[in-house]
Amino acid sequence: MSDLLVTIFRIGFLIALWWFVITVVGVLRRDLQAPRDAKPLTPARVPNRPSPRPTLRSRRPVTKLVIIEGALEGTVIPLGTSPILIGRAPDATVVLDDDFVSTHHARLIPNGNHWIVEDLGSTNGTWIDRTRVSTPTALSPGSPLRIGRTILELSS
Amino acid sequence: MSETLDRYRVSTRRSAELALLIGSWLIGIFAWILVDASTGKSSLGGWTTLISSGVLLLVVHAVVRWQAPYADPILLPCVAALNLLGLAMIHRLDAASAQRAAANGTPQPTPDVYAQLTWMLIGLIAFIIVLSIVSDHRRLQRLTFISGFVGIILLFLPLLPGLGSTVNGARLWINVLGFTFQPGELAKVALTIFFAGFLVGRRHSLALVSTKIYGIGVPRIKDVGPLLVVWFTALLVLILERDLGTSLLLFGLFTVMLYVATGRRSWVVIGAILLIIGGALAYHAFGHVHTRFDVWLHPFADANGEGFQIVQSLYGLANGGIFGTGWGQGYPQLVPFAKTDFITSALGEELGLMGLIAIFLLFAIVVERGARAAVATRDAFGNLLAIGLTTVLGLQTFIVVGGVTRLVPLTGLTTPFLSYGGSSLVANYVIIALLIRISNAARAPELSNLDIALRSDLESS
Repeated sequence: MSDLLVTIFRIGFLIALWWFVITVVGVLRRDLQAPRDAKPLTPARVPNRPSPRPTLRSRRPVTKLVIIEGALEGTVIPLGTSPILIGRAPDATVVLDDDFVSTHHARLIPNGNHWIVEDLGSTNGTWIDRTRVSTPTALSPGSPLRIGRTILELSS
Repeated sequence: MSETLDRYRVSTRRSAELALLIGSWLIGIFAWILVDASTGKSSLGGWTTLISSGVLLLVVHAVVRWQAPYADPILLPCVAALNLLGLAMIHRLDAASAQRAAANGTPQPTPDVYAQLTWMLIGLIAFIIVLSIVSDHRRLQRLTFISGFVGIILLFLPLLPGLGSTVNGARLWINVLGFTFQPGELAKVALTIFFAGFLVGRRHSLALVSTKIYGIGVPRIKDVGPLLVVWFTALLVLILERDLGTSLLLFGLFTVMLYVATGRRSWVVIGAILLIIGGALAYHAFGHVHTRFDVWLHPFADANGEGFQIVQSLYGLANGGIFGTGWGQGYPQLVPFAKTDFITSALGEELGLMGLIAIFLLFAIVVERGARAAVATRDAFGNLLAIGLTTVLGLQTFIVVGGVTRLVPLTGLTTPFLSYGGSSLVANYVIIALLIRISNAARAPELSNLDIALRSDLESS
């Protein structure tokens, strides 16, 4: 091969290699800023989710979680866009000092205007009204959410 | 209605993976063509090699689509690009040894690239098997102690008389049915599973603090036990198998996992102190460690003897400069073990600093994706396992590349995915399979039940 060709291919290969790396980084970036229509449900990404989008049901937006019965009665927890962890562990968002509450008892996940309750394998269960939450369930404002000796409610 | 439900459809990014895989394969072809063009030989075998590697990658992609549809789309293409670049460089070094044999009138050596392609095939089959069998990484937690046992056996298997063999001073290989294999490579995967399972149950007690010294909490004396056991094992590997690299990797891996499990910086400090003690002991007790350190600090003192390899490697890198000499235009064959330990310097000579940075970026991206899978996964065991596997890849790359570029003392480890060597390639594909499995779990929609709950909620409204 002539010197010119060698140089062209030498630089050409490096350009191709860098083009590949930059494409990979591009995919990676798109993956980090997950498009709004993708993956609204993965809790790990929920905190980064932008403001809730309108849903079919027109109702006043839920802004707080109120403890209506139990040791912490009257406590109001403002709701943002991050999930709420309820449990006895000190790292929980709502720490309930109650023997009937498990370390990481349940979780509230925002999804648009909805808040989803998920039981995290608690011993004594998470209850909406008289139904035990076995699968992640949407919690509507006003329904009592019972965890141990505490009852919580979503409110606007 | 359907518009609303579309919000819950999760994008799997499999098409991006396919596109990137094709891109990585094109890079591999490009490199191969340039090697053939500059060494003036184009063989039919080369093309069958290339096409079969492309078909293999497509098969693996199909399996990922089927078995782990939500998996990270970037891990596999990055790894494939590294593997194909390694293949091209081994092909190039084969051509160099063929030329030398022709010049000396000695019989032509068998090219290594076909063996490496066979190992790539075995590695990808291992990838498919692991991905299919381990349908949920949490099930590996049940194998904690079995894999610990298996890992220790694999680690010390080469010591068995009759089975193990000593190559270049290190007793790392076993001979089975005419094949040589480095069981230590698979041992690191088994031991990572063991460490993850072991630490996940004890992370709270290991995080306890007895006293504080200079603001750093010191763990209780009895909790230092596991770290000391790993330290002794690492020293044993160094003494009995004379393998500095595996020893360092093993200890570094456990220290990192201990830190991630407990979040206590004191473990890193204790690990560093133990490392220094172990290093000092080894330096004074063993000639080969002593030599390694001397060569690292003063390579030019004995440039034609002990320091020959590292000096040649440095000259190679200098010859490559910023943009490299181009495929087939340098003299990477002058460095002893260019296909295995010193493939980084061979790539650095022919692709230059720019090429080497691109390659390191690919490694960095693999490590970033592994760490992201660890962060995003929802169970503590998966988190530790992913961090451990990522650490194995990252730390091994650091140790060997640092050794070749004289940043740290030289240790005999393979560069993941690039070096010639079957055991390493298979073990690293197993690691990627597990990372893909964990990232699939981390990125999959929470639970299919959640969808059902939401759908019924929406439909009732």
